[in-house]
Amino acid sequence: MLHAIVVPSSIGAGRIVAIDDRDAKRAAGVVLVMTHANAPRVNAKKSGEQDALLFLLQDDTVEFDRQPVAVVVARTFEQAVHAADLVRVQYEPRAPQMDMHSATVFTPKQIFGQPAKHERGSVQDGLAGAHAKIDQRYHTPTEHHNPMETHGTVAAWDGETLTFYDSTQWAFGVRTRMAHVFGIEPQDIRVVAPFVGGAFGSKGTAWSHVALSAMAAKMAGKPVKLLLTRPQMFGWVGHRPQTEQRIVVGSDAGGALVAVSHDVSNETSISDEFVEPSSVFSRDLYAVPNYAMRQELRRLNISKPTYQRAPGESTGGFAFESAMDELAYELGVDPLELRLRNYSERNPDNGKEYTSKKLRECYAQASEKFGWSKRTPAPRSMTRNGMLVGWGMATASRGTHRGDSSARIRMNPDGSVVLQIGTIEQGTGSPTVYPQLAAEILGVPHERVRFEWGDTTLPAAPLAAGSQTAASVGSATVLAAQQLRDRLAALGGRVPSDGITIDVDAKVNEEEENRYAQQAFGAHFAEVEVDPDLLHVRVTRFVGAYDVGRILNAKTAGSQLLGGVVWGISMALYEKTRFDERTGRIMNATLADYLVPTNADIPNPELIMIEDDDERVNPAHVRGMGEVSMCGSAGAVANAVYHATGVRVRQLPITVESLLV
Amino acid sequence: MNPFTFARTDSVGAALNAARRLPRARFVAGGTNILDLMKDDVERPEALIDINALPLRAVEMRDGDLFIGALARLSDVAANAAVRRNFPAIAIALDESASPQLRNMASIGGNVLQRTRCPYFRDVATPCNKRDPGSGCGALHGVNRMQAVLGTSDACIAAHASDLAVALVALDAVVHVARRDGTRDVPLRRFYRLPGTAPQDEHEMEPGELILGITVPALAFAARSTYVKARDRAQYEFALASAAVALDVHDGTVRAARIALGGVGTIPWHAPQAEAMLADAPATRASYERAADVALDGARGYGQNDFKIPLAKRVLIRALETAAG
Repeated sequence: MLHAIVVPSSIGAGRIVAIDDRDAKRAAGVVLVMTHANAPRVNAKKSGEQDALLFLLQDDTVEFDRQPVAVVVARTFEQAVHAADLVRVQYEPRAPQMDMHSATVFTPKQIFGQPAKHERGSVQDGLAGAHAKIDQRYHTPTEHHNPMETHGTVAAWDGETLTFYDSTQWAFGVRTRMAHVFGIEPQDIRVVAPFVGGAFGSKGTAWSHVALSAMAAKMAGKPVKLLLTRPQMFGWVGHRPQTEQRIVVGSDAGGALVAVSHDVSNETSISDEFVEPSSVFSRDLYAVPNYAMRQELRRLNISKPTYQRAPGESTGGFAFESAMDELAYELGVDPLELRLRNYSERNPDNGKEYTSKKLRECYAQASEKFGWSKRTPAPRSMTRNGMLVGWGMATASRGTHRGDSSARIRMNPDGSVVLQIGTIEQGTGSPTVYPQLAAEILGVPHERVRFEWGDTTLPAAPLAAGSQTAASVGSATVLAAQQLRDRLAALGGRVPSDGITIDVDAKVNEEEENRYAQQAFGAHFAEVEVDPDLLHVRVTRFVGAYDVGRILNAKTAGSQLLGGVVWGISMALYEKTRFDERTGRIMNATLADYLVPTNADIPNPELIMIEDDDERVNPAHVRGMGEVSMCGSAGAVANAVYHATGVRVRQLPITVESLLV
Repeated sequence: MNPFTFARTDSVGAALNAARRLPRARFVAGGTNILDLMKDDVERPEALIDINALPLRAVEMRDGDLFIGALARLSDVAANAAVRRNFPAIAIALDESASPQLRNMASIGGNVLQRTRCPYFRDVATPCNKRDPGSGCGALHGVNRMQAVLGTSDACIAAHASDLAVALVALDAVVHVARRDGTRDVPLRRFYRLPGTAPQDEHEMEPGELILGITVPALAFAARSTYVKARDRAQYEFALASAAVALDVHDGTVRAARIALGGVGTIPWHAPQAEAMLADAPATRASYERAADVALDGARGYGQNDFKIPLAKRVLIRALETAAG
């Protein structure tokens, strides 16, 4: 096996004039250097609108900083890394488009199958009768996922068949895209992904390096392992786009919302469209008859943005829950009381009944545990040991998603069970949760159920993202296990010598799906301490309660909720990808310079899981919990900072300089 | 990272000889700075000379002076009872440095010599006069939030990164440097060079020289010293602004002060005018505010780091109030 390293571009826009790889080729252990001059011809174009354009050394154009421009292949990883530094690329740079305000603006055709503009009632009429109005702009920065395991792929050809060992959230998606790139049949490609060291949305797309590893393997005639370095994680593997959100909220004197509009503009790349659907948060939450949303895109010389944990509802949750907090202060109403006054029993946009909604319980339990009733509302009114203390809250809301999933379950004559589903383990605990679910239904100890996953030779599973895995894979597991249980009962409890095998295709029934509204909810309560002179903000307490349907495993569930809360805090106070706008280069492409919280920054959050066996939502009774605790949690922290300081910061991350006013 | 040879030495003499034989070699102790810079291709030594076995780890009081051997680990110095009791500014500066893992590896000598965190210095694809003389300063009109507001020039605005060096400069420490023909002592306040027109020349040491240790002179009121560091997160982050301060207060009057600032200077920033202003001044906030204004006099922001000027004043005032008790 050989080792490959990408040579990334050092300009943000322009053209490659020449590549001098002589020193690189002469370096110890180097087998080949692949550039646009000698790379195999492949199909980098998209096969569908949602695809990413890939950068596979097919031409000399550069569209963003750290775009792949060459690949070095050597006998060891260290030799490849060193040789990559010896490749000298000469560019003809252009001034990159890095400023949102002067960028090309356009309206996307659709967002996940729905229109990019939508109105119910009349916002204009609603605002005309408003007693109080908030009209503000909020900004969230570019953010990079930075899973602990960098992206990487091993590609191995066997004649014209291809095997990938990849760090991915969707083995089947990689197979489909690579078939398109190389012009071969999907059945001639196998993708194996046993353990993925974190992804958070960044590994939901088959990015350029996956194809580059196979191209290098083809040229070298041997399997190739291509790993990304940490700075390259800021290159071509996606990020959460920056957003500018204009929110208008109008209410009557008592705080009942009469009109809301939510306009979102996010950056996208030169060649792709990615929408960060922040407006979804406000569309589906509070009871307001007059509502309008609009999403637009602006083209910058950046790489294609992608899903990052809670796409839309995390960025939208920050902005909208900040606007609600501003409205509460405008009216002199308690922020929690304002949410309760606008509680919607049904989905406010489509009027549908929810499969289940226990948001009131979330507000009640979390506020009680937090001690919210002791809050004095005036900013700067609470102190402790010379520090300003702030208490802020926000609502959590995240739509429930589900995809088709297949499953195969087999019981052997000795009673042992094997469950096979080609889904992904990325730290969510799939190898624990699904066999456990099957064991419960079958009435056997969970150690008797073996789980096989992470391989395209297994039954197909959807993209492991959107908090949809438990709903999809879990439902397929439930149906398969139930059928196995029933078959075994019909056989009088005796397993035939060739075992019992059940194959299930758990398809989403659109009619059933659309009968009810399905959402996960929660309530976040945050406490911050702010040094009145030095202005550093520390989150000192966090209480959250979440309504996500059935809890399949308390340990893995708690871990997911914790991760979302930590990330919400991180979004509020630490994260920002920093560009040099003159060149388009990212200047903080390391984990020392791209700030995420340390353990010392995070108090021990107290997280309450509201138990709810939601029988109407799907066979697994789950409404998705990987992301809901990140929706609005940044807003709770920002609202706490306002309460502590009296300074309203509408731009994340909140830093010392944003409070030095 | 370029291929390199690796040699271990176990005496000062052997280390100096090895450096003479290999002029493009660098010494390595904890490696917490040099290895990063090699991975970024900023430093490209042909050889690394491992000096961890040299007998330079002592941390001890010598007639009231504090001697710290160059190879003492940050965590060991921070934990030393004499350091904590007699020179708390040093202990606190170390506690606030880096992360526990880094403090266990990093040496005092390496910490004092660590190079800037400026992202243009560390990214070979961007212009940097310090790394590549004449190529320009990327930070001047670029991403400069973390860079200096004092001691800058149009050639370089890179901030010095060490917390410990700020405390040592405040306390007027002396560096003992070995060369083949003997040793020499350099006060730390004269050790670092301002960037001027040659930002690549950072300090008084010449290639092949080795730090043996540092002496902090006896100072009774150093027992009332402190270090305050403002930063974006609670651990593992460099200073936005910091201050090391020692105050001799008697009957509500400041008799003498030692002041140095971090995070804001191209070198650890001694503030002698502020020290002079506080001599015989009442030990009140008003005095500290005046001293802070004087200490930041002449400071210049470059856009993203303008906030460091008011922040550094607040940090210094906080440090003075804390030291005064």
